[in-house]
Amino acid sequence: MASFPSDFADLEPFAGWALPTEKARYAKRLSSTMDELQGFYDAAFPRMEAAATYLEQFDMDALPDDAERLLWLYCSLVTVSFPVEVWRQPRVPDSGSCSLDAVAEPAV
Amino acid sequence: MPHFTKPPEGSWTEHYGLGTGPISYEDSISPAHYELERDAIFRRTWLNVGRVEQLPRKGAYFTRELDAARASVVVVRGTDDEVRAFYNICRHRGNKLVWNDFPAEETSGACRQFTCKYHGWRYNLAGECTFVQQEDEFFDLDKADYGLVPVRTDVWEGFIFVNLDPDAPPLHEYMGELGAGLAGYPFHEMTQVHRYRSEVRSNWKLYIDAFTEFYHAPVLHAKQAVAAESRKLQSVGYEALAYKVDGPHGMVSSWGGMSPPKDLNMVKPIERVLHSGLFGPWDAPDIGLDELPPGLNPARHPAWGLDSFLFFPNFMVLIWKTNWVLTYHYWPTSYNTHIFEGTCYFVPPRTARERLAQEMAVVTFKEYGLQDSNTLEATQTMLESRVVTEFPLNDQEILLRLLHKAAHDYVDEYQGHKPEAPVRVSAAS
Repeated sequence: MASFPSDFADLEPFAGWALPTEKARYAKRLSSTMDELQGFYDAAFPRMEAAATYLEQFDMDALPDDAERLLWLYCSLVTVSFPVEVWRQPRVPDSGSCSLDAVAEPAV
Repeated sequence: MPHFTKPPEGSWTEHYGLGTGPISYEDSISPAHYELERDAIFRRTWLNVGRVEQLPRKGAYFTRELDAARASVVVVRGTDDEVRAFYNICRHRGNKLVWNDFPAEETSGACRQFTCKYHGWRYNLAGECTFVQQEDEFFDLDKADYGLVPVRTDVWEGFIFVNLDPDAPPLHEYMGELGAGLAGYPFHEMTQVHRYRSEVRSNWKLYIDAFTEFYHAPVLHAKQAVAAESRKLQSVGYEALAYKVDGPHGMVSSWGGMSPPKDLNMVKPIERVLHSGLFGPWDAPDIGLDELPPGLNPARHPAWGLDSFLFFPNFMVLIWKTNWVLTYHYWPTSYNTHIFEGTCYFVPPRTARERLAQEMAVVTFKEYGLQDSNTLEATQTMLESRVVTEFPLNDQEILLRLLHKAAHDYVDEYQGHKPEAPVRVSAAS
């Protein structure tokens, strides 16, 4: 079964990034290599404007399941953009043993 | 030459009479001083424990562990819709009344009454004892004498506060001019909440220090801007539009050139697509505000971007030009540890594109916060070495002087001394 709307079938290899919580998205970022993060970014970033435009047609409280997964995928791209665009490493530099954990976030 | 007008005295610090000498950080590294602060500050000031939206219906409750104040409280909306708080202790033999799995962890939920896990004593939402297991076995026990112990509770602009001191001035008086200046701001429209929590290995005041000055931003967070922009920011440095001080509370009003940026090349690629970043989503949702409350953008500067308020002791509110809000709370757990909470509040997104723009703002806040937290541990350990004991503060660090002076003043007053005029922040004191 396709994870995403048919227009975004090319993103299927990255369906593992369609994670519903920031905590899970951040954990996947930390457990990925830079090559993996770069691969995801290179595939998904050029499609971001198209995805945001596609998602705009739905009200937030009436998102179809495949559109919701596309939203989560792009929430992951937000998380992954920092290592790729800024840090050149998965962790925030000099963040050592620090953590800042989501304890409340929207359901979608 | 300042880019923005300073007061006639030549500096904000002198304008507010906060002294210009170097300061001591002994108040942040002394276990004995922290013990004084617990009683002098955290048991005597109004503490923000949440918002009314966290209690959406009758019987909704949450608990708060106020370690610094040596208290746990349960906050509940009653059948009459009143928000009340009680010490979280059963009147029978002192068991913690409301908790799940781990007694030290905070919890929330909804109920018709509170039932103690130990012997089943029950209390209604107004705190009255309504049931005692095997009541006949007790000796002349009148349930009316065994209600939950109330804690003073009041609400300011939807923010719920408690105060353990029965003699403290009322909340609205305590919030002073800075609180009054925000009256009517539509916080209640911003019900889309992302909350983050961190256990930080520093004194609680050090994190407030970090977040009440933006002097550090062009340096510590240099890499968060594109390279050319970062070099420019660092060479210009940071100046606020205005500072305000009222009693122990203070605020800094700042420009916000990145929302939206003058030139798209100033920001990272993903920000260009999502129209969002550190300063929040660029497109402001309608919050029904024709004019800013008088307390916001006090300089009425056209470049205004955000105002950051510190309500003593541990509650910060950041209000952004593009109609979203951040709050920070700092809950001490020892002289050199505390729990930090950062909460982003947005108008609920209408579309997933707006949701992504909010995610961008939230994640950016987290990336910055992680950089800040680790710096604090590095600062705490070196301050504790006492190799250096006096530290210079510049005019853009005025709110640090205010915080440490206010904290000292409360301790002095608690110990029966009058606060020294004009300040108690010099290293010599």
